[in-house]
Amino acid sequence: MQSILKVKNVSVHFNSKTVIQGLSFELNKGDVMAIVGPNGAGKSVLFRALLGLLPYEGEIQWPENVKIGYVPQKLAVERDLPLNVIEFLQFKGASVNEIHESLHSVGLDHCVLGKTRLGQLSGGELQRVLIAYALMNHPDVLLFDEPTAGVDIGGEETIYSLIEKLHTKTGLTILLITHDLNIIYRYAGKVLCLNKSKICYGSPREALDTKVLEELYGAKVNIYPHEHQH
Amino acid sequence: MNINIDYNLLLSLVVGVFVGGASAYIGSIMVLKRLALVGDALSHVALPGIGLALVLNLNPFVGAFAALAVAVLIIWQIQTKTGLPTEALVGLLFTASLAIGILVTPEPELLEALFGDISRVAVSDVVLAVIFSITIFSVIYRLRNALVLDLISPDLAESQRINTAKLNLVFLALVAIVVALGVKVVGILLMGSLVIVPAVASKNFTRTLRGYGVASACLGVISAVGGILLADGLQLPPGPMVVLVSAALFLISLLSRSLLRR
Repeated sequence: MQSILKVKNVSVHFNSKTVIQGLSFELNKGDVMAIVGPNGAGKSVLFRALLGLLPYEGEIQWPENVKIGYVPQKLAVERDLPLNVIEFLQFKGASVNEIHESLHSVGLDHCVLGKTRLGQLSGGELQRVLIAYALMNHPDVLLFDEPTAGVDIGGEETIYSLIEKLHTKTGLTILLITHDLNIIYRYAGKVLCLNKSKICYGSPREALDTKVLEELYGAKVNIYPHEHQH
Repeated sequence: MNINIDYNLLLSLVVGVFVGGASAYIGSIMVLKRLALVGDALSHVALPGIGLALVLNLNPFVGAFAALAVAVLIIWQIQTKTGLPTEALVGLLFTASLAIGILVTPEPELLEALFGDISRVAVSDVVLAVIFSITIFSVIYRLRNALVLDLISPDLAESQRINTAKLNLVFLALVAIVVALGVKVVGILLMGSLVIVPAVASKNFTRTLRGYGVASACLGVISAVGGILLADGLQLPPGPMVVLVSAALFLISLLSRSLLRR
């Protein structure tokens, strides 16, 4: 297995407040890793550090010329923002053909949705457009910050099967922040429990147990892992 | 109504076309960034600059721009370093500078600075207006995508290696230039409308970013030209007429919005 990311003893501080403390983990090419933790645990901050957007101590090693696609948690899009889907995707500097291709790969039709304003998409559609945006320059790694926040239950299912499809089809390495334990059991090969520092790390079935979750969320959380494969 | 296209009127129309268009174009982004009222308050800072320039016998545009540049740096510092809401501080700072401006500006020029007077423009004013307006158009045209991306997701913008702090500084510097130019056309008190109204009106009937930018600039030009010509014909001051024409265009856009929704 070829390693794609090495994180060694990484700490992040904001104005003398420690947000991440001595975090280490490793990812191989094609891994799907879920990151869980309570609000304010440093999950999004970890993503920003991985993207090189904020200063950190320790080491984060990506291969040279790695391409990282990033799907942010949510966009501040007003309903009447005069910006349509195609125009938004052009922000990535892509050609019309690439745009049609990437919309197609997330199951959206450019003829139907291309001219729709971003603010008028449903939560699930907007999320898929954001994934199309991230896929545009054929990334090696995708970072998802809560891919289904603000998406209804049916849409949630679509988003995750889309992520799974992308993973099997392209062998992308995927990191995703989620609160949904079922999703972790179904889709993630690895899990990282984060609450400032590493609470657990490994395959979900081994790493996640009631004790770990109690330590993570500070309350009793029941888990019902799926026994069958979907 | 008798409209004589004399030399003075022609010069003021040229200034109106360029400044009206450029203000509205940059205003289209300011409205999206919710900076429209900051732009309005910002214009007040021009007054002490104009006052000092007159006292020191300098071009009032230079004074206005210098004062605005300082104000823009302050806003930028608040935005990037503290993340505090700019509103209250901007309101305080800028009304205070308006007060100072009223005290230092010589009385005969005070009225012109407050309400503008485009009926008396020198050739140098025209040259300044044309050069800076073209600069504003071309820079905003190139930065518009990055500015809107930063607006909807600063994280996404930064992940594309866009230096958002620098981007916003450049944007605010252009806002300072456009306000300094606009003060000559409609004056300090009415400058806000030159950036806000055409953009808000265009938002009512456009669906794409490109269409919105073009429509804003066009409505800005129509407001300026219409206002200046009406003022000339009716022997009224041009500044308020420009603003009233743009307000009328806004009302028409409201109608078109309700028609489009049917």
